[in-house]
Amino acid sequence: MSELEVDVQIPTAFDPFAEANADDSGAGSKEYVHIRIQQRNGRKSLTTVQGLKKEYSYNKILKDLKKEFCCNGTVVQDPELGQVIQLQGDQRKNVSTFLVQAGIVKKEHIKIHGF
Amino acid sequence: MADDVPNDVKEDVADIAPFDPTKKKKKKKVVIQDPADDSVEKVTEQTENLSVSDGLESTFSGLKKKKKKAVDTSSLNEESGEVGEDLDDHAGVDEEGEGTVPQSRFPWEGSDRDYEYEELLGRVFNILRENNPELAGDRRRTVMRPPQVLREGTKKTVFVNFMDLCKTMHRQPDHVMAFLLAELGTSGSLDGQQRLVVKGRFAPKNFEGILRRYINEYVICIGCKSPDTILSKENRLFFLRCEKCGSGRSVAPIKAGFVARVGRRTAGT
Repeated sequence: MSELEVDVQIPTAFDPFAEANADDSGAGSKEYVHIRIQQRNGRKSLTTVQGLKKEYSYNKILKDLKKEFCCNGTVVQDPELGQVIQLQGDQRKNVSTFLVQAGIVKKEHIKIHGF
Repeated sequence: MADDVPNDVKEDVADIAPFDPTKKKKKKKVVIQDPADDSVEKVTEQTENLSVSDGLESTFSGLKKKKKKAVDTSSLNEESGEVGEDLDDHAGVDEEGEGTVPQSRFPWEGSDRDYEYEELLGRVFNILRENNPELAGDRRRTVMRPPQVLREGTKKTVFVNFMDLCKTMHRQPDHVMAFLLAELGTSGSLDGQQRLVVKGRFAPKNFEGILRRYINEYVICIGCKSPDTILSKENRLFFLRCEKCGSGRSVAPIKAGFVARVGRRTAGT
């Protein structure tokens, strides 16, 4: 469809619906993986990863995360949000790059919250 | 626009505060006088300049008039003998360019060639920008003041100009507060002076980043990038409507997400 339109009307490869389509694919909003940070006492903090797909084995991911970043962490069972990975320290950047590189989540489906 | 109103209000407040009736009167008088003078001056200026502020089409006609007049006066002043030639000749363009000082920078000056579209377009926009910048389509950037943050004790942070920023964004403080607290992952509240008190230690930069994200998501219109929008709630969904271009979109509701338990646990759990 879009290719045909491009051929007929505009010589440049600009697809006017590209943005909308991309939005649609991402607008499920349940697919988002939220990476949050929480302050603890002093200069300590906590990173939570919420919204990974149910099919993945959380414990295996957690094990690799822990090994990679040299930090501790747990999988927390939340009554509403399902399982959530908790890591010690501010690992937001690390987690997002790790998840993208391991191919678990696409980059545009990761939302990093916090400051 | 948005900046003007609060300033006025502030001035009024400043006037009222010392309770000095004479001073107030004086100031008011001055205030009344000034705009009148200004407007008169402006009118005179505009008449002298042959104003271009009536809209696009009239700008064009006005422009032509201006040119002709400039030529006439200048040539009359300089050499009255050349007037006839100028009017007859088409090469009078050059003379015009010299006669009016600010227009002497055009590339077609001194040559007989036709105008090119780009040149004329640039010229129109230059004139438009000089005379009334609102029509030229230059996007004025909305300036937000940086957040002022104080530390209350060691564990709380006070966001002093929270209300100000909410007003400049035209958003309900509740909504902004919900977003801020959800993003920071803490709790907080408004205090007696309408400042936001947040639990935890945060730098002004942190607030700035979050506010920037808030503006991108809940204030800026995607279509025309103008911040002149209204957020309304229609049967449980938030909709953003742009005042400039009339477009609307739905925005995601604010969700706090998972908040881990931090701190001391009670004996029960």
